[in-house]
Amino acid sequence: MKRLLGILALTASGLFAQWGGELRFCLRSEPKTFNPLMVEDEASETIRYLTGGVLIRVNRQTQELEPELATAWKISARGQSITLQLRQGVVFSDGTPFSAEDVAYTMRALLDPALHSPTGDAFRSASGAVETQVLAADRVSITFPAPVAGLERLFDQVPILSARSPKKEAAVLGPFAVSRYTPGSEVLLERNAHYWKMDATGRRLPYLDAIRLDIQQNRDIELMRFSRGELHLINTVDAESFTRLAQQAPSQAYDAGASLESEMMWFNQNPNAPFPEYKKAWFRSKNFRRAVSAAINRADLCRIVYFGHAQPAAGPISPANRFWYGAQLKPHAYDPKEALARLRQEGFRLIGDRLCDREGHAVEFSLITNSGNKARERMAAMVQQDLAAIGIKMNLVTLDFRSLIERISQNLRYEACLLGLTNYDLDPNSQMNVWLSSANNHQWYPNQPKPATAWEAEVDRLMQAQASTVAREKRKEYFDRVQEIVADEAPFIYLVTKNSLSAISPKVQNALPAMIRPQTYWNAENLFLGTAQVARNAR
Amino acid sequence: MNRARNIAIGVLAAVFAVSLLANIFAPVPYAMQFRDFVNAPASRQFWLGTDELGRDRWSRLLYGTRISLLLAPAAALLSTLMAVLIGGIAGYRGGWWDRIVLRVIDIFLSIPWLFLFLIVRALLPLNTSPLASVILTFMVMGLLGWASSARIIRAGAQSLRHSDLVLHARACGCRGGRLLFAHIVPNLKPIVLAQFWISIPTFILGEASLGLIGLGVGEPLPSWGNLLRELANPQAAMSHPSMLAPLVVLVIVMSCFQLLLSQKEFAS
Repeated sequence: MKRLLGILALTASGLFAQWGGELRFCLRSEPKTFNPLMVEDEASETIRYLTGGVLIRVNRQTQELEPELATAWKISARGQSITLQLRQGVVFSDGTPFSAEDVAYTMRALLDPALHSPTGDAFRSASGAVETQVLAADRVSITFPAPVAGLERLFDQVPILSARSPKKEAAVLGPFAVSRYTPGSEVLLERNAHYWKMDATGRRLPYLDAIRLDIQQNRDIELMRFSRGELHLINTVDAESFTRLAQQAPSQAYDAGASLESEMMWFNQNPNAPFPEYKKAWFRSKNFRRAVSAAINRADLCRIVYFGHAQPAAGPISPANRFWYGAQLKPHAYDPKEALARLRQEGFRLIGDRLCDREGHAVEFSLITNSGNKARERMAAMVQQDLAAIGIKMNLVTLDFRSLIERISQNLRYEACLLGLTNYDLDPNSQMNVWLSSANNHQWYPNQPKPATAWEAEVDRLMQAQASTVAREKRKEYFDRVQEIVADEAPFIYLVTKNSLSAISPKVQNALPAMIRPQTYWNAENLFLGTAQVARNAR
Repeated sequence: MNRARNIAIGVLAAVFAVSLLANIFAPVPYAMQFRDFVNAPASRQFWLGTDELGRDRWSRLLYGTRISLLLAPAAALLSTLMAVLIGGIAGYRGGWWDRIVLRVIDIFLSIPWLFLFLIVRALLPLNTSPLASVILTFMVMGLLGWASSARIIRAGAQSLRHSDLVLHARACGCRGGRLLFAHIVPNLKPIVLAQFWISIPTFILGEASLGLIGLGVGEPLPSWGNLLRELANPQAAMSHPSMLAPLVVLVIVMSCFQLLLSQKEFAS
């Protein structure tokens, strides 16, 4: 055991590390942009992550902040400004030196209203100018017009651009730089020879010479190529493929535990929705929603649909989000008796095997979900049977994704919907557009002129309070209360939290699969391809 | 030959009878999920095993056969009748009528049907019961699937128009509807029947494809189409050969239909 630990330590420190080689994995779509400030899609995000150098990085394993290009930082008492001490002796991939001027240039570009940077949106706490002051060549201060909650974490998404390089878009501070892009085929990233990080032996990282990103939308082909050894990683694998892979090659299948992806259903509570008033009354009833929630057997969903690679969901934040997760919340228990008791409180009664409301309307509604997603279709079929057990008839309708989005966000012609939610950002501030009653992603009743219910008004107040508070613990207190209200009122009926499943070839060394993205290559500079001997030693 | 014909009739009658009496022959309701027996292999309890939600495959096959055997031929009949009407008249009349019909057929064949179906599905009310939705699906397929058959029937009618048979009929004073229905249509029968039989599996498989975009048979109702969707995972099919049962039944039924058709042609 001691010997094994020793070998592991040597590998991590770089003594066993092998230099060179090309890591191969897939992008599941064409990257929409190579401008790191304009990234919105997953493929572009992959390239940004591998090529961009940031001031502060969220460690994907510990979820704690780590200094990168900024060696230290200090946030003012009111949370309005941050002063960063920068690393010295760092140069861009084209050899131009990095300084505070580059940070100022990046912040100006990021917050330029003409650019409409999606990354910049998170920094815009209030109207007014953001001032960036270069205090010294290695010291910079940024002042915002209003406090920005979780300010330092936002820098994880901001790669620093070069202010002086003649080829700005080609000069990067990350471990790799884009070398070639063949549309529809591949993106080749080559080692940044000027990357600032060193391994324990003092040699410049990254270990790999290149990363080849094949553009491949078909996940079955991706898995087949991985099995043949043509690919080294699959960042996210669905539960069915994962189970198959785990049977064939258990050492290549990694389940890192709960991910940030949840599946949920909700009822359309919009008063202008085009369906009968009596149905709107059902959907607005907390007891009706809680009854539906209690009638769903989440454990079966996890076991059957996700082959055990999921867990019953309790609320809006997954256990993968260690700090913000509301550990006090428990998933609604499967209890058809409780469901019927709640329904009786609302005047519903069973006539034969059909549930009817106070006025005698049989309880029947349709649930939409996107077609082609096997897991969701199976989940919906199971929910259908669970609800039939308490006399509710649910018609399942699968729609193509575009029609579904049109229904839930524009014409509101739907009664209930089953979809997934992924919070890539750990901070609840990124969910303001979901929880504020005036927000357009407040799915059950978006764009409310004023909060429709007292509890929504309370959620609005708490979300605004946490957004304007600097102390993290106090923010957590506010957001915990939001989670409790949401779990109690059940506007979203959370079903399952999927596990983070990935596939990693035994050739890849130093891989530490994490629960948050990028799950497998978050420490790309430390990854190396080992020979069979090295691989055996390292494992 | 009579023996083969009798066997085909016997098999078809048995399949029809068993599927029509599915509520007697099916040991459990087709929608019932036995969640402790998910993906179970064939056994005494589940003759064909269970699917990914623990539903009895045998019961689902019986009900699915009933739906597909009734509705796919109905859709095939609808589309073939439309093809006879449009293609037959175009081939018989010729001239500008023929040219217009040919253009319409070309347009129909070039329409991306998948997108049209998406629009149709988006327009349908959501609270349609699974049975109503499956009838609607086959009806839409029947109404939209006539074009390729119409082209073949038109070609047949056109060649008949110039045949000695029709020339003789014309010489005898036969005109209009009488010429069409007494001389041309009966001689088109082999082509029409062939188109009808060919359309049935096309509609069954078409329904399976539509399931992928949400216009197929809605859960939990089974059909050959959505039962065949399970075969999209060949590895699962290899480990559970009972998944091949719907395919086997489909092949047997189609073979019997073809056998009957060829026997009839031979006899005539």
